[in-house]
Amino acid sequence: MAKLIRNGRLVTDDWQIVLSNDAAVTALALPTGRVIVPLATWRARRDELRARPDTGVWLDGADDPEDLADDIDRLTLIAVRFSKFSDGRGYSLAHLLRSRFQFSGELRAIGEVLRDQFNYLKRCGFDTLQPQEGRYTDAQLEASLASLADFTNPYQAGAISASPLFRLVRRAA
Amino acid sequence: MYQYDQYDQQIVDERVAQFLDQTRRYLAGELSEDEFRPLRLQNGLYIQRHAPMLRVAIPYGLLSSRQLRKLAYIARTYDRGYGHFTTRQNIQFNWPTLESVPEILAELATVQMHAIQTSGNCIRNITSDPLAGVAGDERVDPRPWCEILRQWSSLHPEFAFLPRKFKIAVNGAASDRALTQAHDIGLDLKHDEAGKVGFRVLVGGGLGRTPVIGKEIAAFVPWQHLLTYCEAILRVYNRFGRRDNLYKARIKILVNAIGIDAFREQVEAEWARLKDGPSTLTAAEVDRVSAHFIEPGYENLPDEDLCLRHHLADDKAFAAWARRNVRAHKRRGYAIVTLSTKRRDAAPGDVTAEQMERIAGWADEFSFGRIRVTHEQNLVLADVRRADLYVLWHQVRAAGLATPNIGLASDLIACPGSDFCNLGNARSIPIANAIQERFDDLDTLHDIGEIEINISGCVNACGHHHVGHIGILGVDKNGEEFYQVTIGGAQGNRTAIGQVIGPSFPADEVVDAVERLVETYLVHRNSGERFIDTVRRIGVGSFRTHAYSGRQAEGKQANG
Repeated sequence: MAKLIRNGRLVTDDWQIVLSNDAAVTALALPTGRVIVPLATWRARRDELRARPDTGVWLDGADDPEDLADDIDRLTLIAVRFSKFSDGRGYSLAHLLRSRFQFSGELRAIGEVLRDQFNYLKRCGFDTLQPQEGRYTDAQLEASLASLADFTNPYQAGAISASPLFRLVRRAA
Repeated sequence: MYQYDQYDQQIVDERVAQFLDQTRRYLAGELSEDEFRPLRLQNGLYIQRHAPMLRVAIPYGLLSSRQLRKLAYIARTYDRGYGHFTTRQNIQFNWPTLESVPEILAELATVQMHAIQTSGNCIRNITSDPLAGVAGDERVDPRPWCEILRQWSSLHPEFAFLPRKFKIAVNGAASDRALTQAHDIGLDLKHDEAGKVGFRVLVGGGLGRTPVIGKEIAAFVPWQHLLTYCEAILRVYNRFGRRDNLYKARIKILVNAIGIDAFREQVEAEWARLKDGPSTLTAAEVDRVSAHFIEPGYENLPDEDLCLRHHLADDKAFAAWARRNVRAHKRRGYAIVTLSTKRRDAAPGDVTAEQMERIAGWADEFSFGRIRVTHEQNLVLADVRRADLYVLWHQVRAAGLATPNIGLASDLIACPGSDFCNLGNARSIPIANAIQERFDDLDTLHDIGEIEINISGCVNACGHHHVGHIGILGVDKNGEEFYQVTIGGAQGNRTAIGQVIGPSFPADEVVDAVERLVETYLVHRNSGERFIDTVRRIGVGSFRTHAYSGRQAEGKQANG
């Protein structure tokens, strides 16, 4: 069971992530229970997986969320994988999933997910943050929750507030 | 100038607290070098040759006297008593310790300053015209728009890990003084036929390893859509800019690879979904920010001051300074004064703590307490009464900031080079000082007239060598410093990338080469023609021939 942060709280979680997105995996038997598969697997086995209620899909930075457009309403979980924390494509994917595609299920950041990016990840629409196993001790993970609240009133519109600061509050002239 | 409200202050204070904790965790071994690097860079902190270097943002080049005094305090307390003003209107401190940086940031926050996003692969400090609000050729004051962009880009959650750095410049005058054609986004403020304010938008310009002039992506974007249009550009770039090769990661490479038309199509498709959405600017917000940039309390002054006329006639040194370092102001009886940091015994852009305090004092006494920083690494007092010029000049001269050379050969731009910078392949400052020494004689300097000499110590081009009338680029060849020379580059409305004249020169020959280029100009110039005009008229040929005449043994030449 993985420890992760969902909606600002530490929880344990039983979703399994099928990380390999080799072509071969499309033919593999998937583990039983709740599972997050790569986009390639989803696309190859869409009919089979759509019938399985506990399937989530993860996107890589280079993936196009458009490929999930027809499944957005059905999916309860979409994950975005950060192969490196410094690869910022996942932030734009999260933004697109939440705004353009109106995805309202769980949006999870996986891969190299670090405490110092929690605030930005949350503001782009991720509600679940799953750092790599072993990166943080339990105590560090507990302490990391503070980073979610690094900025109280940011300037930009985002997942936290649909409007930028200048529309939200009356600012002093 | 803009004054923070509680929200601006809170954001900067929270940023300080965040970095304090990040530094603590780094020093405690909880953050790896790789994890800490982008965090410190996005707070302006480089690990450099001698010590960390801290780059502090001076948004669109505007400072108050109080802020400048704080910079002097920081220079004295945490550094070695000076700071270096950069070509992007920032200031760098070369000698702070890593442990002291959170404290420095806290000091800066007390005067509404920060080092947010002065480095890293994110949206950098917004730069603009140092003469905003005072130049006669201004169409629209760029400063409110710069401030709106500063807020929008600060801690933007989606664009903190772009493929590479991203620079935005804003110009609002007939003459572009913000180098908008050499920025990732260049914004040119203008009016449409109905008199409404908007932006011509250029994209994909930049210097560095692959110099490119920006291309027009939109002829006119109405002001309401400034932020959504920029957001669309950034999102397309963030998703599709190259991440496999650091040297091909700037937006210019993407724009060139797919072509400006295809790039525009993608941006317009993205923009169509954002246009008129919540990030659309409101008149109320623009008015709120603009209210911070109203004219200072100018007096009604006569056009000419009788005493001034006498001083100009009687004091040759003052007259020479007034001719070069004082510019016309849009307001009668006022003048724009440029303080030159360019002397043969100082690095271009370096200003001591004592000088900063003197400048702050002059700003208070003569210029409404405001100072501007230029990308040519000089400082400007923008609102000086002409009647005060003579008194001011005496003080400026005593402080070593009155070299009458603005726009002349010794007013050159130079990055810190390998003396300080880790990226540098070669030294910049000694070459700059040697050129200044060569053209030290004032009569010669004035006879040569307007010429821009720009020096970069490596291909990253912080010294803007590509757009120098003469550009000098330091290169390393088997551990030896060589300098590649270009001519014909230019900033402004006719921005151009200079052309390499031939094989690079060893350090002890590059100043001779520059002198020969100038000699060539003096021989060929028509009356009234500047160096750049002659290069444009006759081409590189004669310059090249003379530059390489009488060179030392061929063995010292390097190829390329």
